[in-house]
Amino acid sequence: MTLTERKPPQAATQPSTAEPEHPKSLLLRMDRMPHIWCSRCGIGIAVGCFAAALEKAGLTPDDITVTSGIGCAGRVAGYVKVDSFHTTHGRAIPFAVGLTLSRPEMTHVVFSGDGDLVSIGGNHFIHAARRNQNMLVICVNNFTYAMTGGQLAPTTPISARATTSPYGNFERPFSLPYLAASAGATYVARWTALHIRRMTDSMAEALQRLGFRFIEIIAPCSTIYARRNKLGTGLDLMKYYYENAVIEHDAPMEGLDIGFQSKIIVGKFIDQPRPTFRQSMKAHYEKVLGSKFVPPINGGVM
Amino acid sequence: MKADPKGVLTGVHYLDGDHAAAEGACAAGCRFFAGYPITPSTEVAERVALRFPLIGGQFIQMEDELASIAAVLGASWGGLRSMTVTSGPGFSLMMENIGLGVMMEVPCVVIDVQRGGPSTGLPTLPGQADMMQARWGSHGDYEIIALSPNSPQECFDLTIEAFNLSEQWRVPVLVMMDECVGHMTEKVVIPQADEIELTERRYTGLVPADYLPYKPGEDLVPEMAPIGRGYHFHTTGLTHDERGYPVMTAECQEVCVHRLIEKIRRNADRIIHVEKTDLDGAEVVVVSYGISSRVAIPAVEKARDEGVMVGELRLVTVWPFPEKVIRELAGNIKAFVVPEINYGQIVYEVERCAAGKCETRLVPHGGGWVHDPETIFQAIREVAR
Repeated sequence: MTLTERKPPQAATQPSTAEPEHPKSLLLRMDRMPHIWCSRCGIGIAVGCFAAALEKAGLTPDDITVTSGIGCAGRVAGYVKVDSFHTTHGRAIPFAVGLTLSRPEMTHVVFSGDGDLVSIGGNHFIHAARRNQNMLVICVNNFTYAMTGGQLAPTTPISARATTSPYGNFERPFSLPYLAASAGATYVARWTALHIRRMTDSMAEALQRLGFRFIEIIAPCSTIYARRNKLGTGLDLMKYYYENAVIEHDAPMEGLDIGFQSKIIVGKFIDQPRPTFRQSMKAHYEKVLGSKFVPPINGGVM
Repeated sequence: MKADPKGVLTGVHYLDGDHAAAEGACAAGCRFFAGYPITPSTEVAERVALRFPLIGGQFIQMEDELASIAAVLGASWGGLRSMTVTSGPGFSLMMENIGLGVMMEVPCVVIDVQRGGPSTGLPTLPGQADMMQARWGSHGDYEIIALSPNSPQECFDLTIEAFNLSEQWRVPVLVMMDECVGHMTEKVVIPQADEIELTERRYTGLVPADYLPYKPGEDLVPEMAPIGRGYHFHTTGLTHDERGYPVMTAECQEVCVHRLIEKIRRNADRIIHVEKTDLDGAEVVVVSYGISSRVAIPAVEKARDEGVMVGELRLVTVWPFPEKVIRELAGNIKAFVVPEINYGQIVYEVERCAAGKCETRLVPHGGGWVHDPETIFQAIREVAR
């Protein structure tokens, strides 16, 4: 039976003509489906895990915002049924700084890609971590700029090819967990798109923490990265993760680099709370200004 | 809505323009400020940093201007009146997200205390050469509102006005100061809080099921929804439909961008404010804004002493450009004289609207100082001949 001949699986068992409800329809904008992501892309997996994590963390769509930048993962904000902001390239984090400072009672999530968050947005990434701005940053790392056709990213492994490194990459890539941790993130984890249960648990856990939390999701880009580097399909990349991802919680930060088709150390590396920017600000002003200090008003209906 | 007395420093003060603008923000209910130090605008940020912890505001010095304007947009969506301030180089860095503010229709205020440029230029000395950048600096096609104060008092007044306009028309409003106005110290009268009228945010009265985030009202402005209240709206810098969803077609572009432009153009009469002096019977009209309007005064007086009928038109609103008043005057006068601290920016608009019906004479200045009034006087005398 070819793909086009295949009947929808529910047709045989369900006499109803009604469309079955998507299990994550509470969080997804079903009126925007189908999404723009390629088949075999890992971003959808990360979004699916995020939807499950939200439930697990006891949060409703009213409790959160999602902000994205530009790129494939930058489209996440457009598919989640929460107050969602699709911003400019690299600026999702500072935009979310405005959200988290004006609405501290909500949970603010930045969902974007590696190029967006740590190349063009790299300065914001380290400063938001340093200040411990209260937000969860989920970075889908596919090792390339996929939306624009596969250019060199600050995460591209050494020797991997990209359209702008046609002879292979010779630049040392960032180790994102190391970067986040050294800048001051209070929660740092890395999973691959294969680790859906652990990724979900990690997202749920991080959603319940405060401060600058960072989760890197290594995700397959079958159409661009895998094809250009002759790595097969998305399934082959999943096999690569299966054979090469090693769970090592609290692994030493300096050992988290990812080489071309090398071992990938995953796990939770940091889970150490410290006061958020807003908490520090309030505590400081209370101390130095005493009764003259007027606590910041929250945004609401003006 | 009246101003919150907590932010209003009622009384008679002796302030420079930068400090007055900061007080204007406090009075206007601004409670979120994100900025980055840059001369000659830094004093605005410094005063806000001093004042905000005492009035329930949040000041944050961001890592750069890109982050500052992005945080301002986010905080405005969060429901706080938000502002940033900068000068030339920082204004350039903010351009992309000013465009995002236009596209997402985010009320916010950006103050640019202009200095000499291009590039690093003259950090401590005046210029008025960002006027076209204010209009066209972000890529793509759009309309924006820009005001130009010419005194510390107006720095206070127009900062409040900027917040009101931004809420009314859901667009970033630019306050185009210059180094002279920013650092000039004069009397500033701050009224009682109940004398300061503030425009409320235009929130929807619809329930989430009926709400479309970019469905415009009669004046072409859509109503906003508060976040965290079940509206689950989406907003994007991409071309979008009334749902706020991206649609990559020429048809949607036409509807989306045309409305962004029309909501300002069609309502220009409600937005524009100019100051007219002795226009009846004038043969020459000096069109000026910001500090140049003050420098022009002795030139105008001297010309009048010589018998030239000189009127003055001061552009308090620079964008949208007050086309109508220029068109009406052009048929009745010999010439417009336009002094500005640049080599010709607003003069192009005056010339365009004059449409050849009268002469338009630029009195340029490269920046770093203000005009010698004598050069403006000479221009008036020449065109009056």
